Amino acid sequence: MQAKKRYILVTFSGVLLVLFYFGGLRILRNGNGHNVDQLSSLRSYLDHDDVHYDQDLHISPRQRRVARTNLYKNHKCRMETCFDFSLCKGDFKVYVYPTQEGEKVSEAYQKILASIRESRFYTSDPSKACVFVPSIDTLDRDHLSPDYVKNVPTKIKSLPLWNNGQNHVIFNLYSGTWPDYTELDLSFDQGQAILAKASLSFHNFRPKFDISIPLFPKDHPKKGGNRGDLQTNNFPIGRKYLLVFKGKRYLSGIGSETRNALFHIHNGQDIILLTTCKHGKSWEKYKDARCEQDNADFDKYDFHILLHNSTFCLVPRGRRLGSFRFLESLQAACIPVLLSNGWELPFSEVIDWNKASILGDERLLLQIPSIVRTIGNEEIMSLRQQTQFLWDTYFSSVDKIVMTTLEIIQDRVHKHLARDGFVWNRSPGALVMVPQYSENLASFPFYTSAIGVKPSQSFTAVVLATTPLVTQSVTFTKLLKSVAKSAHAAKILVLWNVDRPVPLKSKWPTLEVPLAVVDTETKMISSRFYPYDQIETDAVLSLDEDALLTTDEVDFAFSVWQSFADRIVGYPSRSHFWDEAKSKWGYTSKWTNDYSIVLTGAAFYHRYYNTLFSEYLPAKLRHRVDELGNCEDILMNFLVSHVIKLPPIKVTQRKIYKETMLQSTNPVRKTSEWLEPQHFNDRQTCMNEFANYFGYMPLVRSQMRLDPVLYKDMVSNLRKRYKQIELVDARPRTS
Amino acid sequence: MESESILVLDRCQSVNEDVLPMNKLCHGLHEFQYPQILQEATFCIIVRGARLGQTALSDAMKAGCIPVVLSDTYVMPFSDVLDWKRAAVILNEEDLDQIPSILTSISPAGISSMRKQVKFFWNHYFSSITAITMTTLKVINDRVFPYAATTYDEWNIPQPDPGVTSPLFLPLIPPRSQGFTAVILTYDRVDSLFKVIMEISQTPSLSKVLVVWNNQQKMPPPAAEWPKINKPLKVVQTKENKLSNRFYPYDEIETEAVLAIDDDIIMLTPDELEFGFEVWREFPDRLVGYPGRLHLYDEETGKWKYESEWTNDLSMVLTGAAFYHKYFSHLYTNSMPGNIKNWVDEHMNCEDIAMNFIVSNYTGKAPIKVTPRKKFKCPECTGEQIISADQSHMVERSECITRFADIYGRMPLQTVEFRADPVLYKDPFPEELKRFRDVGSL
Repeated sequence: MQAKKRYILVTFSGVLLVLFYFGGLRILRNGNGHNVDQLSSLRSYLDHDDVHYDQDLHISPRQRRVARTNLYKNHKCRMETCFDFSLCKGDFKVYVYPTQEGEKVSEAYQKILASIRESRFYTSDPSKACVFVPSIDTLDRDHLSPDYVKNVPTKIKSLPLWNNGQNHVIFNLYSGTWPDYTELDLSFDQGQAILAKASLSFHNFRPKFDISIPLFPKDHPKKGGNRGDLQTNNFPIGRKYLLVFKGKRYLSGIGSETRNALFHIHNGQDIILLTTCKHGKSWEKYKDARCEQDNADFDKYDFHILLHNSTFCLVPRGRRLGSFRFLESLQAACIPVLLSNGWELPFSEVIDWNKASILGDERLLLQIPSIVRTIGNEEIMSLRQQTQFLWDTYFSSVDKIVMTTLEIIQDRVHKHLARDGFVWNRSPGALVMVPQYSENLASFPFYTSAIGVKPSQSFTAVVLATTPLVTQSVTFTKLLKSVAKSAHAAKILVLWNVDRPVPLKSKWPTLEVPLAVVDTETKMISSRFYPYDQIETDAVLSLDEDALLTTDEVDFAFSVWQSFADRIVGYPSRSHFWDEAKSKWGYTSKWTNDYSIVLTGAAFYHRYYNTLFSEYLPAKLRHRVDELGNCEDILMNFLVSHVIKLPPIKVTQRKIYKETMLQSTNPVRKTSEWLEPQHFNDRQTCMNEFANYFGYMPLVRSQMRLDPVLYKDMVSNLRKRYKQIELVDARPRTS
Repeated sequence: MESESILVLDRCQSVNEDVLPMNKLCHGLHEFQYPQILQEATFCIIVRGARLGQTALSDAMKAGCIPVVLSDTYVMPFSDVLDWKRAAVILNEEDLDQIPSILTSISPAGISSMRKQVKFFWNHYFSSITAITMTTLKVINDRVFPYAATTYDEWNIPQPDPGVTSPLFLPLIPPRSQGFTAVILTYDRVDSLFKVIMEISQTPSLSKVLVVWNNQQKMPPPAAEWPKINKPLKVVQTKENKLSNRFYPYDEIETEAVLAIDDDIIMLTPDELEFGFEVWREFPDRLVGYPGRLHLYDEETGKWKYESEWTNDLSMVLTGAAFYHKYFSHLYTNSMPGNIKNWVDEHMNCEDIAMNFIVSNYTGKAPIKVTPRKKFKCPECTGEQIISADQSHMVERSECITRFADIYGRMPLQTVEFRADPVLYKDPFPEELKRFRDVGSL
């Protein structure tokens, strides 16, 4: 193996160009701006030096790595030098060591471990893992702190797979202690482990290796998390204060200069910078001439009032580089103005902080007021929205912070699938982007207008068949024919979720579009949202076998979907509500003035959501849905609203869809499973279980329905494009 | 890993080791013109040599070939600011054997966007020593003035970029509580104005009425004569009688949502207005109005045509009564391209078309028409006058569309086939349980 590799390298080592033609010749010859003139005008940058052999090339990358590591020890670790990629050939998996009995683990670290264990990256099998996380709590390495864990060096060393920290991730919030707060003083040797650490400085940060994480409070929520405080985008913003800060002042020692100087730019009007000397036991011993006045001013203002009434919030360094002020101002949509020289900002490898904050320089404090005054209203609006996007996507819960850390590592490991800065810094963010799905942004539902593409002009109908004799049903045949008649239908895919062989070809109707039948493997309800290769269009029309739809209804809904490719667009809708009496979430199928769920028995959605449903959601949720044989549509609605934070879209329908119909016009009918109280109760239960999993209620309500422009207008039907939608069908068939 | 689609080039086994012809490379005995051959490849694999960086990277980029870089620990040029994930496939040296499978998994669309990116990077940052020097200085400049730094998008997104990102990009449904400000532009139709004020004051979410008094000859009526309503009412007097005054971002507008309404629109019911506001909350970055209008391309004349009423599509809403975000007032006033704003003021027409254009241009989105309403009736006009006025009016509006599209250099309007109605509109359901009952007249 080794010999072979060397051989290849040596062969290449002249100029080492390998050209890969894959389809490229065709593209070029079709004339892609290339012509003969250009061909002849090219001159090479290659010169003789480049073709000289070098001894170094006879060494394999692995050998080079060893040599390098010996030279620099662990201080210059890079992924290529300190990380073993050979453990990561398959899916990106993370192993968490089992927690030893009696081991003291802080609440915050428990949340971190639980987040990993509940994630789709988790594996309980170390031989499948790419990355390892110790269960020893390393968050607080300040030995004066109550959460400090003793004997960590021995514990770490005794980890069976430690291997000098290779492929391990160490989470840390605090290191060093009074008086000098030495940053790298973890009081154990982290070796070649990746440090996911708060308050990292440029000086010690190993670029593209360590990960700077935000300092978060102990009570930071595990999941869900509070949304950002920005609810309105008033223009101009019109907040009372321009720049505020309220915090401790350190009279001496490390980090004291910055906060001690703040009074220079405090103006008591729109710039309110308040410090107090009153903290610690012996503050009076060190107090300076300004302390009395500062302490008095400090008590005059409420921090939260300042935070929510200011455009900018100063985030000066504390003893350590990072401070809680950072996340607080991010959440409050108060644009952070950073004064913390040398601080490697959280997740700086992927987050473009210029879009959400102002980088100040501690040495140039006096420039800060004029800098923030030059920032225009449009930019302020954009910066504030970005703070909210970042907060909601990467920071508002421990789970998000941990997932962001792991996704960054995944991007380094699967380099060719890595998501670019565009994806990381734009809604909905990278955590809901499964990179294996596609490397082409146009095939995701989120960026159509941002990159100027239109979603596909056709759809694939996916019909779930659950009854053995369905091919003999009039309704079913009629449904297939109505769908096939649509000019936009590309294919009909029947998912054969029946425990009988697929009926012979002759049993199926002849249609204008190809019909494919998938004999589903599991026969479980969740298979309806599996990302089948046969689905080649962006749009999926998900259908129950007994859905009643005309071609016009299908066409109109598809036309609406093309404007809202990121939403579920469907016909019958449902609502959720908070049941005060039971203090839990309720589900209702009653006719209401608003809705938050669109049933997927007849709905368009982007096929990417199949990938999210089957690969992003943890298996336990799909198992739950399969176990109940119910709620898959609720889960899909939760998922989509979680990703896009917007409601689904209901379009008008001619006929009354079965569930509504049965309940409202024919309440005695008992044959439908939809009527069984158990079925309904299960759906209530699902609502609460899913809300619990997501850590919040992602569903969003809408009060409108989209109709064709001339719907039910007093004008000749001939003028209307979607005529069938209005033709009154006296009694909907109920077969 | 050799196969038909892969060509490995090495130096030619030429006679004289010292004078290697640099314009030729070989695969076995086959000679190839270098670097011309690179233009025929989709991907160029660049492996580290004596140094980590290779001039072959420049050759590949110049030829528009997507670099596949295998050079462990190499810091790609200008990686501070350039996002190489968009332009190159960067792999570990050890992944050599996976190259074919990785490269074949990239879709044609992915390849085409990477090629575009390679060209963009090359042309802007690498193509000459000047470009390289200037890029270096720009990187340093960004470090010295980080608060005014070139953005990621500016560094990395090829221009002109066909895409747009709405300036109101955060997915957000603003709270109902702030309500909306009704802005009424008026000249001297005081009676009608007072009627409109009385009518709209019934709308629950109205937070303030702002009357824009556009008549410099006449003073607004004294305070005592104004209708007594339970919402604040303010009057601003303009310096000039301009149509664009209706879209000015007045400080008196303290809400996000603005309802622009003409002083003769008395037919909208409180339910229709309230519903319009609710729909605006769901689409705060769009124009939300009542009658919809359409632009069509006339193949014969090669011009755009304005269509009104009874169409199945729409791409504009009339601003005789429309909700929009105050930010768009600011855009209309301060960022209107070309001389559109002056043209509108001179001709006293097409301000609504101009507003539809600028909103769709900034967001890439169509307006939303709410309720079936097809037109705003003009109560004083009589039959025949309307028809002739209508015809010349239509001609002028068609001209506006053509003129504006020329100025934008493209047609920003987006056509849709839907309108928004209340969830239970025309459903067989007890009317008294519907939230918006008084909706539906044409």
